[in-house]
Amino acid sequence: MVPLSWYLGLSALLFTIGAVGVFIKRNAITIFLCIELMLNAVNLTLVSLSGFFGDVGGQLFVFIVMTVAAAEAAVGLAIIISIFRNRESLNVDEVDSLKL
Amino acid sequence: MANLLLEWVIKTIVILFILVTAVAYVTLMERKVMSWIQMRVGPNRVGPWGLLQPLADGLKMIFKEDIVPTQASRWLYILAPALSLIPALMTFIVIPYGSEVNLFGYRVELHVTRMNVGLLYILALTSVGVYGIVLAGWSSNNKYSLMGGLRSSAQMISYELALGLSIVSVLLYTGSLDLVEIVEKQSGITGWNIFRFPLMIVFVIFYIASLAETNRTPFDLPEADSELVAGYHTEYSSMSFVMFQMAEYLNLITAASISTTLFFGGWNGPFVERLPLLGPVYFTIKVLVLIFIAMWIRYTVPRFRYDQLMRFGWKFLLPASIVNIIITSTVILLLR
Amino acid sequence: MQAEKILFIIFAVVALASALNILLQRSPLYGALSLIGTLLALSALYMTLRAQFIAAVQIVVYAGAIMVLFIFVIMLLNVPKDQPQIEKQKGLRYLAIPFAGLLIAEMFFVLRPIRLNTLPPISSGNAEQAVGTTWSIGTALFTDYLLPFEVTSVLILMAVVGAMVLARREGD
Repeated sequence: MVPLSWYLGLSALLFTIGAVGVFIKRNAITIFLCIELMLNAVNLTLVSLSGFFGDVGGQLFVFIVMTVAAAEAAVGLAIIISIFRNRESLNVDEVDSLKL
Repeated sequence: MANLLLEWVIKTIVILFILVTAVAYVTLMERKVMSWIQMRVGPNRVGPWGLLQPLADGLKMIFKEDIVPTQASRWLYILAPALSLIPALMTFIVIPYGSEVNLFGYRVELHVTRMNVGLLYILALTSVGVYGIVLAGWSSNNKYSLMGGLRSSAQMISYELALGLSIVSVLLYTGSLDLVEIVEKQSGITGWNIFRFPLMIVFVIFYIASLAETNRTPFDLPEADSELVAGYHTEYSSMSFVMFQMAEYLNLITAASISTTLFFGGWNGPFVERLPLLGPVYFTIKVLVLIFIAMWIRYTVPRFRYDQLMRFGWKFLLPASIVNIIITSTVILLLR
Repeated sequence: MQAEKILFIIFAVVALASALNILLQRSPLYGALSLIGTLLALSALYMTLRAQFIAAVQIVVYAGAIMVLFIFVIMLLNVPKDQPQIEKQKGLRYLAIPFAGLLIAEMFFVLRPIRLNTLPPISSGNAEQAVGTTWSIGTALFTDYLLPFEVTSVLILMAVVGAMVLARREGD
């Protein structure tokens, strides 16, 4: 049987990779992908703990998180499309001021 | 444990072999049906009644040159047909082909695995099948391919909703996502799901949605020959093209198999309790009838324009399937 | 036993390799495809944790819908590849490695007391209603957790309206 700590360790590593990606990448869509990776790492933690404690609430939480991630992805990508139309660039170093 | 693994491997090999042969002969069936509807004789030169035609086609395709366009993304170009073919093949492991059978002294159940989320697994594979098409369109570096790929995949994800929601109506009657259990609950000649009240309408919605999912006419504008050259598989030749064609016909066989499992009782039929080996026979007959109907529709109905197609999917089929869920749940409440 | 550990290691390696690939790729399209690989590996891991419904829903919703949306946007905008960037303080990169090692050591230390805890054995009882099946999630969703469900539906409505308004061209 696989120990629980392996799942938690894997989740921590995935979260870290996502966080590093948010810091070092400059393309807005890649940053968004790394945010989704962080959400998935947390989902893995929730599901593993839910299986370990036999409580279905963890998996339900994951279900809600997935729904929220879908909504957030839709709105976030719509924002990225608007930014791209106005600024012609997706480099976050160049779109960092509210003034056009 | 090793016994189980061996059983899975043998069943998978058998199903794979049957499927590859079936795909080849479904292409022949398509050409024959097309020719009958168009009042001519189909392929009849290569073997008796053209029975060796798929073999000849396959050999011809193998000898063609496999071209990769210069500016295409090489990885994606080679990966896309595989991404299209693999999910199409994977759906067949959860479909029940019969009940239990005694083969050479072993009790063998005629399905490869039995997942308690079998129906969701099939929906998941349908969702993943979109990637092959969209990546093929993109990686060909050809504006016709890109347009065709994006349109095809937009169509597929739109009709996935109607597909999933019409499955919910069947689920309300059966109470389980397990395909083996859905078929077992349809035993008896009038036990088939199609004879229960709202499910006949649901079957029509499901069938239309699955025709749109598999990019068959009348929903095949993105790959119609006169519209967008050949859509997402314009640049493909030889074996990659064969893989796309196989994936398309496998999707058609999958759609027909799921329709029989959900609505027509799967392997049920007369005398199947006494002679369990009749199960796969009945299943095959039902699947062939549904494939024939799909081909009949293809050569009779003109194709939809793309905006008509999207409007039909979003504004008619999706609300219709939601209304059907409400009607089905009302009927179930009244009957109990 | 050993088979489960081997399966875990295979899927964990695939997940980690795909996640690292997101960082290493310069084109966002390959990054999105790597993320799809991670999602599929995670779905397999959910299956090993007896969360069958969540595993299937992960593929249908995440890998089959959200990532398709990402890929459509990437193709629509024709996002160019990242240019290699000028790094202003290279020395900090070498400072990061001992800190990372320290954090990983801390993680092992924290997880040490539970390092032998495994999944509880499958309890006898109705297998149709075990935790992780569709039945368990369905009943919990519509009885104990009804409020989050309703709130989520309002959230989705907001997201649909917001996305349509934001992505509309001027003058449409």
